[in-house]
Amino acid sequence: MTKPRTLFDKIWDAHIVDRQADGTCVIYIDRHLVHEVTSPQAFEGLRMTGRKVRRPEATIAVPDHNVPTTDRSKPIAEPESRLQLETLAKNVAEFGVTYYDINDIRQGIVHIIGPEQGHTQPGMTIVCGDSHTATHGAFGSLAFGIGTSEVEHVLATQTLIQQPAKNMLIQIDGELGPGVTAKDIILAVIGKIGTAGGTGHVVEFAGSTIRGLSMEGRMTVCNMTIEAGARAGLVAPDETTFEYMKGRPHAPKGAGWEQAVKFWKTLPSDPGAQYDKTVVLDASEIVPHVTWGTSPEDVLPITGKVPNPADIQDEQKRAGMTRSLQYMGLTAGTPLTEVPVQRVFIGSCTNGRIEDLRAAAAVAKGRKVAAGVNAMVVPGSGLVKHQAEEEGLDQIFLAAGFEWREPGCSMCLAMNPDKLEPGERCASTSNRNFEGRQGKGGRTHLVSPAMAAAAAVTGRLTDVRDLA
Amino acid sequence: MDKFTTLNGVAAPLPMINIDTDKIIPAVYLKTIQRKGLKKGLFYELGHKPDGSENPDFVLNQPAYSQSTILVTGDNFGCGSSREHAPWALLDFGIRCIIAPNFADIFFNNCFKNGMLPIKLPQEVVDQLMEDAKKGANAKLSIDLEAQTITRPDGGVVHFDVDPFRKHCLLNGLDEIGLTMQKGAEISSFEDKNRLSQPWLWS
Ligand code: SF4
Repeated sequence: MTKPRTLFDKIWDAHIVDRQADGTCVIYIDRHLVHEVTSPQAFEGLRMTGRKVRRPEATIAVPDHNVPTTDRSKPIAEPESRLQLETLAKNVAEFGVTYYDINDIRQGIVHIIGPEQGHTQPGMTIVCGDSHTATHGAFGSLAFGIGTSEVEHVLATQTLIQQPAKNMLIQIDGELGPGVTAKDIILAVIGKIGTAGGTGHVVEFAGSTIRGLSMEGRMTVCNMTIEAGARAGLVAPDETTFEYMKGRPHAPKGAGWEQAVKFWKTLPSDPGAQYDKTVVLDASEIVPHVTWGTSPEDVLPITGKVPNPADIQDEQKRAGMTRSLQYMGLTAGTPLTEVPVQRVFIGSCTNGRIEDLRAAAAVAKGRKVAAGVNAMVVPGSGLVKHQAEEEGLDQIFLAAGFEWREPGCSMCLAMNPDKLEPGERCASTSNRNFEGRQGKGGRTHLVSPAMAAAAAVTGRLTDVRDLA
Repeated sequence: MDKFTTLNGVAAPLPMINIDTDKIIPAVYLKTIQRKGLKKGLFYELGHKPDGSENPDFVLNQPAYSQSTILVTGDNFGCGSSREHAPWALLDFGIRCIIAPNFADIFFNNCFKNGMLPIKLPQEVVDQLMEDAKKGANAKLSIDLEAQTITRPDGGVVHFDVDPFRKHCLLNGLDEIGLTMQKGAEISSFEDKNRLSQPWLWS
């Protein structure tokens, strides 16, 4: 009898082109997503060596990081951003790569549009020069971020040289309480295992709670697996997956669909498959979470208080916490719900999908953004924006005093005009609260979309359950 | 890619944990289409005061460490984004070897593609090397990749592990793309089989 295999093992084994004695493998890459920030040097490398893109049709490019989220009819003001976009446009034309340009309604954050267009499918290997490629693991595809040298390697060879990862299982069972979302699940996981907890591992999320999540929720969970240090996150494909995929532009059609579904159903981990590490969480114990510091592991239930460095034994950790609190302008012992915010950002590849906007709108409806707070909603793609407008969500946000923007990475990272000013504090649905991530000196508190909307209307970090 | 064989140089101590890629190089410095010239963004926030002037307290701004080629640092170095601009910026400064208890996977991987050697060692060994590094420019570390050793200023020798394939590429300055392209026939035969077994991926 063959050894029971995990979902990861199956995908890995099916993609080995070559294996060396020391375990290093050449693995085949099914889809390669490309954006403007991490690709210019890779295309330039091809040009210098006279190499071609091996599978231009399996390579999908979109600009997202640098794009302004305001009026698109004017040229981009910032010369360096403009050059990166122009360079991408030039490269995709020269190398014949699939491309969604800035004026295409399908344009958006690369990790939103891959699934939306049906490029992302179970059992695939998917890479992108971007750590949040982990998002696509929600479909049961092995998806991970790579550096620019590897981008060039994939462009030229459609493969990567990789060492196998270890398997980690995160098992979450039970019902989520009211106001608790996929974002709170992943924040709770990171709080539990730490930002290096998954290093060297591919994490498979399993259990009834994960099964009960929509694809949007699963994407939120997998998206932030990288914040737990893991190479990738995975959820086994099931009916929810197939339901989401069916009819998407690049999903298989007709007989191909039937054949694909049959194959996808063979992917889930075999009973008795072994994991190198297992972590168990009880969903009923997860409450809305918020980060207080400058690493995603600096996270607590919203009912908590700003922690005290004096309680930390380890010297480097204590120094780290002191620095974080100083940067964040927080005093130990302050209840988190007493921390005022000046900005709110709803968007990003973590929480820029339709369901996220619905959750935020449900809180915003009939309320007003608090005085002195600037709150913006940035849909993850042109199609998300369109759908939200069809559903009237834009009107809810606008009536409440939120800004309604064009799609892009926006204030998730300070590369386009959307930025925090030094000292400004933001409740953000993005994924990183690193120093300066949302703008030099900016202070980020990571939360779910519902929690972000709650903070917008009260002007402070808020337990969304108190607004019900 | 430049070869990495031996390195004898000043090690800069940076005793902080979880140094993320945004700290190594903030996003505003990624707006380039080149690999070079990134040292201006290296550790920008740590290296500058709020008014934008240089922070003399930051280790790489101190004269003793201005020629550092080695960085000794804390756990989980390079966590966060996949930006290869992080190793490029370090390399642009002159750093070719980083020693830490552990690294984030993508950063670790990216180093090797640029002729840089990240070395993982147990915390207590890193602590000793950190003490060496704190002694400044007169206390150099000497790294021998072939022998997989670090020689400390007092002559003590520390062994480290490195993956054999990566070691081979570094020692010989090999271009991985060139190596993989030699496997063109295997890649084509994989594709031919895949086209038959999963035709929907090819339509
Ligand atoms: S939204 Fe943020 S995390 Fe996602 S791809 Fe854009 S910059 Fe990266």
